[in-house]
Formats: sequence, C-alpha cells, structure tokens
Amino acid sequence: MTAALSVPIVEARDLSKRFVKDADLAERLVARLGTGSGPRVVQAVDTVSLAVARGEVVGLVGESGCGKSTLGRMIAGLLQPSQGQVLFKGEDRAKLAGAEAKAARLAVQMIFQDPYASLNPRSRVETIVGEAPLVHNLVPRAKLPAFVDETLTRVGLDPGLKARYPHQLSGGQRSRVGIARALAVSPELLVCDEAVAALDVSIQAQVLNLFMDLRETFGLTYLFISHDLGVVRHISDRVVIMYLGRIVEVSPTLTLFEAPNHPYTRGLLAELPRISYEKRQFQPIKGEVPSPLDPPRGCHFHPRCPSAMPRCAIEVPALKAIAPDHYSACHLNAG
Amino acid sequence: MTVGTAPASPLRPTLEVVDLKTYFHTRAGVVKAVDGVSFALAPGEVLGLVGESGCGKSMTGFSIIGLIDPPGRVVSGAVLFGSSNLVGMPEEELRALRGNRISMIFQDPMMTLNPVLRVDTQMIEAVQAHRDCSRSAALGLARDALAQMGISAPEQRLRCYPHELSGGMRQRVAIAIAFINKPDLVIADEPTTALDVTIQAQILHEAQELCRRNGTAMIWITHDLAVVSSLADRVAVMYAGMIVEQGRASEVIRAPLHPYTKGLLGSVPSANRPGARLAQIPGMMPSSLDPAPGCRFLGRCSRAAAECSTMPALTTPIPGREVRCWRPLTAGQQS
Repeated sequence: MTAALSVPIVEARDLSKRFVKDADLAERLVARLGTGSGPRVVQAVDTVSLAVARGEVVGLVGESGCGKSTLGRMIAGLLQPSQGQVLFKGEDRAKLAGAEAKAARLAVQMIFQDPYASLNPRSRVETIVGEAPLVHNLVPRAKLPAFVDETLTRVGLDPGLKARYPHQLSGGQRSRVGIARALAVSPELLVCDEAVAALDVSIQAQVLNLFMDLRETFGLTYLFISHDLGVVRHISDRVVIMYLGRIVEVSPTLTLFEAPNHPYTRGLLAELPRISYEKRQFQPIKGEVPSPLDPPRGCHFHPRCPSAMPRCAIEVPALKAIAPDHYSACHLNAG
Repeated sequence: MTVGTAPASPLRPTLEVVDLKTYFHTRAGVVKAVDGVSFALAPGEVLGLVGESGCGKSMTGFSIIGLIDPPGRVVSGAVLFGSSNLVGMPEEELRALRGNRISMIFQDPMMTLNPVLRVDTQMIEAVQAHRDCSRSAALGLARDALAQMGISAPEQRLRCYPHELSGGMRQRVAIAIAFINKPDLVIADEPTTALDVTIQAQILHEAQELCRRNGTAMIWITHDLAVVSSLADRVAVMYAGMIVEQGRASEVIRAPLHPYTKGLLGSVPSANRPGARLAQIPGMMPSSLDPAPGCRFLGRCSRAAAECSTMPALTTPIPGREVRCWRPLTAGQQS
C-alpha cells in the first residue's frame, strides 16, 4: 500500500530536541566558584530521521522517557526542534509563511492520551469540535451546526451529545470527541500520542476499529505513538522502535515481529504480555532505562544488552539497512 | 501432608469468599459495587480477577481486607480466612492481620510508601509492628526482601527516600514490604499497570517466584487479560459487580463460556490477526446504581434471548468451570 516513490507527507531530518534545566540559585553560586557542571541538559531526541509516506500507518514504540512523545510533538509542530528540520510534503516547515504555513499546520493534527487534559472542561462538545473550522474559515457559521453533527456521526457519536460538557461523557466518548476535533479541520496526518492507552480493552477495540475505518474512508496517514506493542502490531504498516532518544530499529510490522534484529527489540517482544494458554516463566531484560540526564556512552542500550561488546561502550552504532526497508542500529550487524 | 502434586490440592483453602456484597448507599440510590461474589483460594494459588473499570474488582479486594469507606459497607456475605471471618471483625484484630498475614499492593506505590520516611525506616516498622524482633534483625530481613525483588545494591536503596527511586523501583519496594512477613495472602491491585513492559515483566517474574517459594496465595486484580493468562492459575471475570465466569486460566482463555469473556478476548489486539477488525463489544458497562433485575450483560450481548431478563445463576456446565449465563457458549462458538 505504501507509495514509496512519492514525496513523504512528513519527514524529520536529523531532528534533535534538548531540554535545558536552568541552574537554580545554589547552582549559579557553585558555577561562579568555577566548580559547577553547568546547566543540566536532557537530550530527549537525538538526531532522528524519519519519513512517513502518504496513507501509511507508522507505529512509534518505546518505553517512558525514550522521546517518542517529544518526536511526535515536533512532527505535529507543537514543539520547536533544537536542531534539524521537519519537511512537510518536501518543504521545510520552518521556512513556510502565511497561508502555506497555516495549511501545513492544519494538515497535521494531534490526538492525545488524556481527554481530560486535552478537552476544555468548560466547553460544550459542539464548541470543542466546531471552534477550529470556524476560526480557520473552513465552514461558514450558518452551516456549522450541520457540520458538527456530521463530524460527530463520523466518529460514531450521537449528535444529541453535542450540548454536553466533557465530564458528562464516558471515557470512550471523550476519546471520540478528541478524534472528532482533529478530523474537523480535514487533516492529512494524525499524530496519535497513546490515544488508546487509557481505555478499557472493549472500548479500546472500538476506537482502534474507528481509526482503521477512518483511514479507509479519508485516506488518512497516522503516526501512532504507543508503548503497547500489541496495539501497534495490529494497526501499523511499519514500526519504529526508540530507546533513550534514538531510533534503534525501523521495520515493516510483519518482519519486525517475525525477525526482530536489535537486541532491545528482541527483549521487548519477549516481554510483550500476550494471551497464552499456559502459565509461563518470565525472562525479563535486566535493569531499567537509564536516566536521560546521564545516558550511557556509545550505544545507549549496552549496559542492559546480553550481547554487548567492548565497542558498544565507545561508538554509537549507526542506523543501517540490514534488509530492504529494515534498518537497525547495532554493532552486531557489522559482522 | 497430601498425596499428589496437583495444584488443586485438597488442602484447606487460604481464603474463602462467600456471597460477598458491598453496597454504597448514596443520595442517588444504592450502588451495588460488589454483588454476590464467591471464590476460594488454595495456598500458593494465583487468582486473576479480571474486569474493566468500574466492574467492582478493586472493591472486591478492598472488601476482603476491610478497607471500604462510608458510604460503602459490606452488607452481607463472609470472608473466611484461616479460622475467622473477616467481615465484622473488630478493627484491632484486622490491623493485626493486615501487613502480616494479608498484604495489599496498590497500583500507585506512593499510596503505600510514606514520602517523608526512608525505605529502611518503613520496612523495619513493617516487621516490628507484627513481631518481636531487634532493629538489626529487621534490617537484615528488609535487605533480604529487597534483594529477592531483584533490587541491586539493596544497602543503598534502604537509605533512600521514596522520591529518590524510579517508579519501577518504588513498586518493588512496596511489593517487598507486602511480602516481608511471609503473608498467607497478597492482594495485588493493578500493580504493574503504570509501569513499562520491561519493568512489568520483571515484577511479574519476581511476584510469581515469591508466591511459589512461600506458598503465598495471591489475588492479582487487573484489566489486562494478557497478564493474567501468563501469570494466574485461575481466572475470575467480573462484570458490573458480579463474577460471570471462573475457572482454570488456560481453559477460560482457550474456551470461554460467557459471551463477555469471549468479547474481552476478541478485543485484545495481540490475539487477533494484524489489521483485522477487532471483535468489539458494542456499548459500555451499565452503571451499578440500581441495576436492572436481568443479566447485567443483556444490553451488549449478541446472544440475548427472552430468559435473559431474569438474572441467571452461577452454573457448572463443565467440572471446575463456573459461568453465570442462560446460554453459555458451546464448543464451536468459542473462538
């Protein structure tokens, strides 16, 4: 399904994001004495390149603190990258101006995990869904009520709910309102940040089915950020695995689950809780994700890696093709 | 001493819950959070108590250990533990049991850990509250308990405050405290839901080991069927305050009898073919406020018939399996 030849709908080129914690008074005093270590820097995303083709569903997976949400927010245009570019249909988004910049912003919409935090508790559903198309002159005011009804119906919500406030809805309904709000401005790319993580399984299944239906109806492209490999396996064409700010593996979904290459991916897959018919013995990866304030040198994964070599502690492995469309950042592949 | 090694040994059960009912009397009416729940637990057995938010699974756990706050009240039923009934037991006697013979692990370890006390202080207190023991002996027990939970450098961790530990580490400390007095029963309420998969796998592994080693019976409350399928010996599925199905984990997962269990299993993405529509359950769980007299699953069930408007009893269509349904699934309909 992926049209490899066309220009990707969005592309991240060598994207980095650093968060700097300013020194507090005590640290400034120490720094004045010349012994301080300077401001504390978290490299949330470290030179990441990623292209998303039109119509594709890309799953972005990693544990908390790996930078997947930061990357998603930069691609959605909610965060400014510290370095690198985001290309929208081949053009650097930072250089777009005026109407083009606005169109590019509208074309990428985001769906958040917590509908409580992302829906204004004082707005009615009709305002939440109808505000953006009105402000951007996509729909004339006179046609707005009909438009809101239609958008709500598209996501499987009864238009009769439009006079309600978010707290009067159930979790599944709130999550549908978040989706309707994103769809209201006719986006081309949806960045879903843990969009189903807070939902119960039976409601999660309903929302996942909705995502798949919408993709078919509107030809949407998704960047689907999740920690849940089961969900990602189900919905994505391609999977990107991140670890501590870097991409460690990119692969078509089927290949990834059948023949994972990177030791971290292999560990993640082994620990994926799945429906099994027998009780099983857990064989966990050792240790925890190190602090991004002080990541290990070389390959970030080497302190937990079962096949680490001396080289891994010194040299950062590059993301290299190991098969068509399958990339992995591991020194083991160097032979 | 018993002959044979089958897990369902004829030993006296550690815990027997008989027709437990916990109601909340509110101004709007009576919320039947737990409505006639019965199960038994043998020593060393792990029971997975599964259900979606609001089904009463946590309230069942809280009712067993006597942690229901007004306006909630255990209105009838018995919780037989050893030779005593925990329902109606004086608070003083319950206190002597809690943290000693019965422990609880919560979803958020900050609920169990005191933020202003060091880990060692809290662990020593947990030991000395229940037995006569010197400080140094208690400290030794604490160190061993942390080491058993796979915490490296337990000496250093003991001197930490909870905020200095990562989320996974805090949950390990909470579990170590729960197991420190070698309890007969541990109630774990979604202890790994907030954690990353690699940490979740480690904690499942360690909890499984501890139960096996000490012969501790455990109730693992979760919404995640995948976790239960690999951890538990037996599963009880709850829906709207009632157990709708119960049996050996492998059998319930392989061949569910209740349409709700089947729907839940079908909703899990990892159990489905990637990209296929998930078999969603329409609608959502009814409120437990003044429930209608019939089967609680009636509104969402595809097999509903006339008899379903009266409440079905728990039946045993297959030895060792219980189901609350007028029309349980039969062999051919189960997958």
